[in-house]
Amino acid sequence: MAALWLARASSQLARRAARRHPPLRRPSRHGGEPASPWLLGPAAQPPVLGSPPLPAAERAFRRGFCSVRSFAGESSAAAASDEEEPENGFAGGDQQALDFPGGKVSLVAEMNFLPESHGERISCYRVLDDDGRTISGSRFQEVSKEVALKMYSEMVTLQIMDNIFYEAQRQGRISFYLTSNGEEAINIASAAALSADDIVLPQYREPGVLLWRGFTLQEFANQCFGNNMDYGKGRQMPIHYGSNRLNYFTVSSPIATQLPQAVGAAYSLKMDKKDACAITYFGDGGTSEGDFHAALNFAAVMEAPVIFFCRNNGWAISTPTTEQFRSDGVVVRGQAYGIRGIRVDGNDALAVYSAVHAAREMAITEGRPILVEALTYRVGHHSTSDDSTKYRPVDEIEHWRTARDPISRYRKWVQGNDWWSDSEESELRNRVRKELLQAIQVAERMPKPPVTELFTDVYDQIPSNLREQEQLLRDTIMKHPSDYPTDVPV
Amino acid sequence: MSADPSVFLMGEEVGEYQGAYKISKGLLDKYGPDRVLDTPITEAGFTGIGVGAAYHGLRPIVEFMTFNFSMQAIDHIINSAAKSNYMSAGQISVPIVFRGPNGAAAGVGAQHSQCYAAWYAHVPGLKVLAPYSAEDARGLLKAAIRDPDPVVFLENELLYGESFPVSAEVLDSSFCLPIGKAKIERQGKDVTITAFSKMVGYALQAADILAKEGISAEVINLRSIRPLDRAAINASVRKTNRLVTVEEGFPQHGIGAEICMSVVEDSFAYLDAPVERIAGADVPMPYAANLERMAVPQVDDIVRAAKRACYRTVPMAATA
Repeated sequence: MAALWLARASSQLARRAARRHPPLRRPSRHGGEPASPWLLGPAAQPPVLGSPPLPAAERAFRRGFCSVRSFAGESSAAAASDEEEPENGFAGGDQQALDFPGGKVSLVAEMNFLPESHGERISCYRVLDDDGRTISGSRFQEVSKEVALKMYSEMVTLQIMDNIFYEAQRQGRISFYLTSNGEEAINIASAAALSADDIVLPQYREPGVLLWRGFTLQEFANQCFGNNMDYGKGRQMPIHYGSNRLNYFTVSSPIATQLPQAVGAAYSLKMDKKDACAITYFGDGGTSEGDFHAALNFAAVMEAPVIFFCRNNGWAISTPTTEQFRSDGVVVRGQAYGIRGIRVDGNDALAVYSAVHAAREMAITEGRPILVEALTYRVGHHSTSDDSTKYRPVDEIEHWRTARDPISRYRKWVQGNDWWSDSEESELRNRVRKELLQAIQVAERMPKPPVTELFTDVYDQIPSNLREQEQLLRDTIMKHPSDYPTDVPV
Repeated sequence: MSADPSVFLMGEEVGEYQGAYKISKGLLDKYGPDRVLDTPITEAGFTGIGVGAAYHGLRPIVEFMTFNFSMQAIDHIINSAAKSNYMSAGQISVPIVFRGPNGAAAGVGAQHSQCYAAWYAHVPGLKVLAPYSAEDARGLLKAAIRDPDPVVFLENELLYGESFPVSAEVLDSSFCLPIGKAKIERQGKDVTITAFSKMVGYALQAADILAKEGISAEVINLRSIRPLDRAAINASVRKTNRLVTVEEGFPQHGIGAEICMSVVEDSFAYLDAPVERIAGADVPMPYAANLERMAVPQVDDIVRAAKRACYRTVPMAATA
């Protein structure tokens, strides 16, 4: 499957290269060849910036300058383009090549600016239609029934886990939670396409990857409650999971810092000649960070085997993508760094699975980074500290929650194969729900980490000043036991 | 690098150029481009990448052309390196070294002259070292690379060019210094002078001048800013009863402030005079040579401070 993708990608590149650098002996001023070989694709149409105009009610949620821009952009692009404006900026002209640092470039006598967009948006790879039927002619990586069913049940588990933990926060039992509603296919399908040795550096909306690899509901609950079984020893807020054993780096709050880190980890794998890659996840908002630029640029130069997986879910808290960037999403940026990229329907489990499977193979066998942009929608609020109905319409949220739900879509496919039934569905949901409620009860009752854990792990070995402080703290607790909570171990 | 294949160096100009200050001369030829990496100009990028490599078990040495440029990467140093072991409860260790010239050079202006010792020493999870002599540089850098925790290694551009006598023991390949231990560069009994990096040399010169006036100064080369060798500092102050702290950096919230507090906490009764603090002027470093001279501590400033601590009459500061 990957071989197909490789062949396609490299022949595409070869074609483009040939167009850009035709043989030098063919001067166009002598008549002969028309300018068309220079064109990379269809002539640019007036760019379609962002989504089609919204109905008035929804436009009210957009900032003022946003709607003005989308009209101004169109006219300026139309002014800049000729009727045959080539995408790569090379019009017919002298065939002589100029030598500059970086290589040879062809001359052009006409002054043409590259348009700000390709004209048409980069198309989106999809396997299943909205009713869960494979689209005719679609090519995808096959999955066995066993893997397909595991994918489905983990998507359901993730959904139930999110709902119940969210409720637990609302009830005051945990302090914070963050859901992956609407992004279950991204979470589970991408994880399913990876191997256990691949290193995962998440942002924070990818607990499904950990779930796929074997993190139990109890382990999730322990971290959220910060009890003494939490692998994080109660050091972090809920949802900041991590597991060395499962090759999943502990979630860290600053945005996009994991991107250059993933490149470093990938470089380390390459130096060790491991049959594994690094994968790092981030949202549309994260691509604005400087670390995004540095990581992609660097990964290309270092030829690091890393998958950059962007969950473009349309929102960065209250900032819609129209205010986050003006490019055609994230996939177009890959080429700017010399990185191969693909845009995929993030709510299509099979498409995500296929894309990550192919990306992984290319990354490892060719030692290169790959950019995957999964289009999706953040159905839930940003977190329990957010109420997204304040900045986006409720019916927009409802539409994506129901009509575009990745889980029900995938279920239709699985049921269409006679691999799943309604009775199995209710049995699964009941079982997971019960197991989760049990895990929460257990986690809630477990004692918190003891006071020693306040002072360990600052350094590899505990320094003398912290040892002293711990002793002072203990002495104080001994002296005033009534002021110290009884349920916190010393 | 020869002892451990997981150690590698990355930074701007460290390879082909042999190092911006020639510190990595010959390393690219000896170890190849896999272990000596010339990076694009992105401190945030290569620091993040270095931390990621350390997460996975390599031992990177990340060079900043000066620590002023580490400001573009400080999020990765603090939030990705310093705090990771704690936040991950020991699952993610970061055996990384951040090194480069720190503090004032000569005539390079404000954005090339700041001392970052106080910035990094403020953070739990980091270790901060500042060598003075060649012995310090060799022994402490070895220790830093071997240490499992992230270490900030503050060198000094002007000291790169200075030669120091070294013993045969120092030249041995196994020579290593402990982290967290200061060195008494010069024994004395009347006043303790603490310093680090280039200021150690100034303090020693000041001690020579003071000796001629009958004041015996004990000069402590801190070597380790975090952890600070509080035991050595306090033991010295309990002996001399007077303290002058010297640093090149800005005075507010500086190293001297921390040393003073440590002595007040542990040895207050032993002080016979208020603690004197010598630091750089509280202004961004000016460029003009005369102004620069006035913005950094000079030997004379240290001499006067020591005399004030000894209750000798002292003339007003002369203009530079």
